[in-house]
Amino acid sequence: MIWDWNWALEILPQLLTQGLLVTVQATLGGAVLAFALGLVVALLRRSRRAYISRPVGAVMEFIRSTPLLVQLFVLYYVLPDFGFKMTALTTGIIGLGVHYAAYTSEVYRAGIDGVPKGQWEAAIALNMPRPYTWISIVLPQAVRRALPALGNYVVAIFKESPQLSVITVVDVVGLARGVGSESFRYLEPMTIAGLFFLLIAIPASMLIRRMERRLDT
Amino acid sequence: MIQFDKVVKRFGDVTVLRELDFHVKPAERVTLIGPSGSGKTTILRLLMTLERVTSGTIEVDGQCLSHMKRGDRTVPADEKHLRQVRKKIGMVFQQFNLFPNMNVLRNITEAPVRALGVPREQAEEKARELLEMVELSDKALAHPSQLSGGQQQRVAIARALAMEPEVLLLDEVTSALDPELVSGVQSLLRDIARSSNLTLLCVTHEMNFARDISHRVLMFDQGQIVEDGPPEQIFNEPEQQRTRDFLQAVLDA
Repeated sequence: MIWDWNWALEILPQLLTQGLLVTVQATLGGAVLAFALGLVVALLRRSRRAYISRPVGAVMEFIRSTPLLVQLFVLYYVLPDFGFKMTALTTGIIGLGVHYAAYTSEVYRAGIDGVPKGQWEAAIALNMPRPYTWISIVLPQAVRRALPALGNYVVAIFKESPQLSVITVVDVVGLARGVGSESFRYLEPMTIAGLFFLLIAIPASMLIRRMERRLDT
Repeated sequence: MIQFDKVVKRFGDVTVLRELDFHVKPAERVTLIGPSGSGKTTILRLLMTLERVTSGTIEVDGQCLSHMKRGDRTVPADEKHLRQVRKKIGMVFQQFNLFPNMNVLRNITEAPVRALGVPREQAEEKARELLEMVELSDKALAHPSQLSGGQQQRVAIARALAMEPEVLLLDEVTSALDPELVSGVQSLLRDIARSSNLTLLCVTHEMNFARDISHRVLMFDQGQIVEDGPPEQIFNEPEQQRTRDFLQAVLDA
């Protein structure tokens, strides 16, 4: 099998527009959901009320201990039986978001734990109301500490997004497979799809590493 | 103003304060001295409600700090009660504890705005006056990380005063500073002490500062007061052998 430049250039626009658009939508949607939900989960898990923190903790443990693939199947093929109907992409975004929220919540937790005790004590000494202690003092510092790790999860979500093809979402990889099966040539479409991931993931990781270094100083 | 009555504080098996009684009058300035681990800082932390007493009671301005009445029973204070009593007390920490995510002005205005509901413009006006007093007017928009230790501590003092406390607690406020920055912070505190009627409770290892600023010095050892008197008497003619040993050790250092 020899690389065919002409054909590669012919399928490139299609992969780039349709395929990559879906990948980017799934990644950004999943990441935004994972960041927001993860923060909520991190706060709920710190609740002093055990009937809140325990169940939330158990659900997150469950999500971390089962494959994303299985979760996607359940969301897409089982939930409609109970009356929840969503498009494949929406389901995929929710699946990615909820799955990774289980991980980002741990990142936030570490960020919150990393805020020095003195900051809490200063807040008490100034009689700051509890909600504002969180909003103006603890969370800004915790999120700043969490940013590099959260960035790594964006890259992880990006790389896991082809799994959505099992629930009929056609992303770059799905499209490449489609093109391949029509022409029985997989070399060009799959190579191009792989290169997309490489070209986006490497600069993103470098950016995150720079961010990490800047936060260290 | 401040009344400790048989206060006991234990951390696990370690007893830090043993049935401690003492009283501080309004506008009185009291310095606590003594070896590390003698319970001085714990007293400030109890007053600031950063710790809870194991037993005994603390009163501030006639109000009980550690407990409250519910019906005719006395129960440990809840958050609402603590917030009420805490209004009267401010604290400056050894490690400054400025908020690194806010500029200097915001560090000073955040609590008055959020805790007292002061309008932001009014809080900023007050903050700028306080910054002038601590001679940092030009640093209003700087971030804490851009300031020297001495400057950070002066901001922390302004921040505490912005809440207009009646009692100010100073916890080894110059211990974390480079030697050349110590005197600036000390003279600022001296000026504040003389020009206000703040009740001051100060933990320090700087004996000259203690002599300058206080009406009364309490010598602590092992969670109890071993000597109590005006600074001239404590520093010049201590009665207790324990005090003499301690002062000797500090002067030799």
